Amino acid sequence: MINNRKLTATITVAVAGIVASTAIAAARDQIRIVGSSTVYPFTTAVAEQFGKSGAGKTPVVESTGTGGGMKLFCAGVGIGHPDMTNASRAIKKGEFEDCQKNGVKDIVEIKVGIDGLVLAQSKAGTPLKLNIEHVFLALAEQVPGADGKLVANPHTNWSDIDKSLPNTKIEVLGPPPTSGTRDSFHELYMEVGAKKIAALKDMQKADPKGFEKLWKSLRKDGAFVEAGENDNVIVQKLEANRNAVGIFGYSFLEENHAKLRGASINGVEPDYDTISGGKFPGARPLFFYVKKQHVGVIPGIAEFAAEYVSAKAMSQDGYLARKGLVALPKAEAEKVAASVKAMKPLTAADVK
Amino acid sequence: MTDIAGAAAPVFRLDVTSDAAKRRIRKRYAAEARFKAYGLAALGVTTLFVGALIFDIIRNGIPAFTQHSLTMDVAVPADFVPADKRSDPLAIRGADYFPVTRDALKAAIPGIESRRGERTLTRLLSTGAPGVLRDRLLADPDLIGKTVKVPLLLSDDADLYFKGSGTPIIKRSGIGTATPSGTTGEITILTSANDFAAEVVSIKQAAKEKADGQAIEAARLTTFGGQSVAQRVSEINAEIAALRARVDSPKVEEVLDGKLPSKLVEINGGLVKLTKLTDVSVAGEVLLPLSSTDDAKPGDWKVITYATPESNRKVSDQEVAFLERFREKGMVDRHFNTLFFTSGDSREPELAGIRSALIGSALTLFVTLALCLPIGVLAAVYLEEFAPKNRITDLIEVNINNLAAVPSIVFGLLGLAVFLNFFNFPRSAPVVGGLVLALLVLPTIIIASRAALKAVPPSIKEAALGVGASHQQAVFHHVLPLAMPGIMTGTIIGMAHALGETAPLLMIGMVAFIVDVPTALTDAATVLPVQIYLWSDLPEVAFKLKTAGAIMVLLGFLFLMNGAAIYLRKKFERRW
Repeated sequence: MINNRKLTATITVAVAGIVASTAIAAARDQIRIVGSSTVYPFTTAVAEQFGKSGAGKTPVVESTGTGGGMKLFCAGVGIGHPDMTNASRAIKKGEFEDCQKNGVKDIVEIKVGIDGLVLAQSKAGTPLKLNIEHVFLALAEQVPGADGKLVANPHTNWSDIDKSLPNTKIEVLGPPPTSGTRDSFHELYMEVGAKKIAALKDMQKADPKGFEKLWKSLRKDGAFVEAGENDNVIVQKLEANRNAVGIFGYSFLEENHAKLRGASINGVEPDYDTISGGKFPGARPLFFYVKKQHVGVIPGIAEFAAEYVSAKAMSQDGYLARKGLVALPKAEAEKVAASVKAMKPLTAADVK
Repeated sequence: MTDIAGAAAPVFRLDVTSDAAKRRIRKRYAAEARFKAYGLAALGVTTLFVGALIFDIIRNGIPAFTQHSLTMDVAVPADFVPADKRSDPLAIRGADYFPVTRDALKAAIPGIESRRGERTLTRLLSTGAPGVLRDRLLADPDLIGKTVKVPLLLSDDADLYFKGSGTPIIKRSGIGTATPSGTTGEITILTSANDFAAEVVSIKQAAKEKADGQAIEAARLTTFGGQSVAQRVSEINAEIAALRARVDSPKVEEVLDGKLPSKLVEINGGLVKLTKLTDVSVAGEVLLPLSSTDDAKPGDWKVITYATPESNRKVSDQEVAFLERFREKGMVDRHFNTLFFTSGDSREPELAGIRSALIGSALTLFVTLALCLPIGVLAAVYLEEFAPKNRITDLIEVNINNLAAVPSIVFGLLGLAVFLNFFNFPRSAPVVGGLVLALLVLPTIIIASRAALKAVPPSIKEAALGVGASHQQAVFHHVLPLAMPGIMTGTIIGMAHALGETAPLLMIGMVAFIVDVPTALTDAATVLPVQIYLWSDLPEVAFKLKTAGAIMVLLGFLFLMNGAAIYLRKKFERRW
């Protein structure tokens, strides 16, 4: 019977502990952030500084991906829901409506900087000098054939697309569809590239939906490989395979510049200045969104946002630049800083 | 019958000496030898894979356990913290340590005046470098106003440089007498001998090789033809012409850029990075200031080559110059990386540690164990000893076995729906993680416990019943204690499984950046495998080492747990 009693006691203690701990969950003094894994390295750096400065507890930053983050962010208002979300693209209309429906009325959009979405390869490979339509022709599932009709992508080597390109196999490693980076890739490269192709001009006008489907479908015959969310895996594969090309954020190229080289797009090399100046076609803004209804309820949200857009963090010499974030041009940075102070919420008209 | 009787009766002989028999035996032995070989080969391949994996992890992970610091004399000014506030730890904690460490660095390498040089110098130190100094001052406020010798942590890139990701350095002595034109800024150095002839030749050689390579590329492109090609070809041809002109030019001034190995001259206690060179004179930028413009005698000055081109490494020539100077002065100190075990996550690789993840894992496993050991064992006891054998118990049994094979992400979704959305438990909390993992390992424990109970011979229970024990007494006093070693083994293996799990935790928010070490079951926390996953996804190269280091710690714990399971089995195992 002794054993029996012991067991019962253990269960009671365990259950009691769990019940007691749920009671604590009623209050929260720690900021909760979710969202994009692309913005995660920057937001965590700000969170750490924020914690060190003694302004409050170090915020908890989850890496859920842009879409997953938006879902959590828009799920409702209250301590059980995150206060901010990171995004590697702007909020979508559907997500905004979802937010409104769940009572998340006031969302403040903050542009934190620019990331260059680059195509990179090993330094041992032949340098790629691409035009943006080359990217479309290399990776789209269907491309216009000789007679202008759509055919399954016949290109196996880069030189099949354009003779000036190297005679190596098309092998591109990129992010999976769940990633915000993948969305950006479609918009920055595939859509822009498709629009440049003369044979597709009519289709763009006559069949916008089919056109959208065209640039949103990547080939599935092995030329494009989904390499997972982890960009370091792509970097490693590029090091091992000199013909492979990887798609990832500029910070990874900068950090690995000893081994990798960015492919120039339309004659523009991806570097800090071309991305910051908006010359590089693969430049995309990064965002984070603040739930205004939580300001004043959860301590430190306004201070955290201010830290993020401070010159110490966001300027060209700031610590975020050292982490690989490309700073906004000065005029825009000042505008963002001002809008953070005002905490002006998004309206339906702002969202596309 | 007679027919058969007439024929020679079939003799059944076992003639082991016959050739056929020998062949058969040889065949059997050969088959056995082959089978052994297959087994060995299979074992060999597995060992090879596991060995390669472990070797790679250890090779990457070992450097994560050491760290480099600069041991420096830091002069703490008397007004650093006003005398009347020195008893207040907050005042000492809140003081600005940056100027103090910057001045210490500048004192160690005098003569760096330019803002750029100063910034390069200060960035060699980690942003967490003053931590040790702060602790020292907190412990003994009387040190304020004195000079303190403390190790200051280097930044991740500087640390990696000393761990061998830098560049090979080749030095040779100068032959002639060298005369520098200045001590800082852009200077020229003249020598009395053809000291740089070899360098000029090697640069021309590199240019020639590049021109030849481009010529091949141009020839390949011209075979295609077309307008875009023609343009590219003319670009390449211009480049080739420029390169060839450089090679053939009798004027021997050559320009060095970041794509060639860096050349430097060490003279009069300073260091000059060469940008232009001819056989007898060089021009360059001073990285470390010279003490004077005196002539340096043959042998007193050196030509230094950083063999890896500057564009192919993470540390610039200026940084290498600083770091090498520190090394020559004996200030670089390599020590065990205690921060790795005492601090939480950080975005600075040199400051990041696994403490918060380890504590998070411990809290999570505590909840898991507290729940699934009693529930699992009692469920097993009931199903094995008390439950009637009917359809319902059969169904339960099938379901338990099924549950053991459900992908772990499903438990995460369940946790999200039930614990977070319905019960409103906090996100990222170890208590929820523990609950989810308990669901995950419960089937394992039930199955293992049932097997252990089944292995106890029925005679034990029958004897107990025979001397008048109740069914419950027989089970709890006799069967269960004897089954305990097996149950423990199953539980530990289940726990080890839970320790290595990440997928279900993603859904409940435990894949997160956690700096503060959790202290309660409801604090935001992460666990060790998640920490590994998060680090592996960060761009900084130094995090690669941290990832491997954390994997080593995780493997260590798994090894200990599985080892304990084997030990328990061996020690308490009973054979009937």
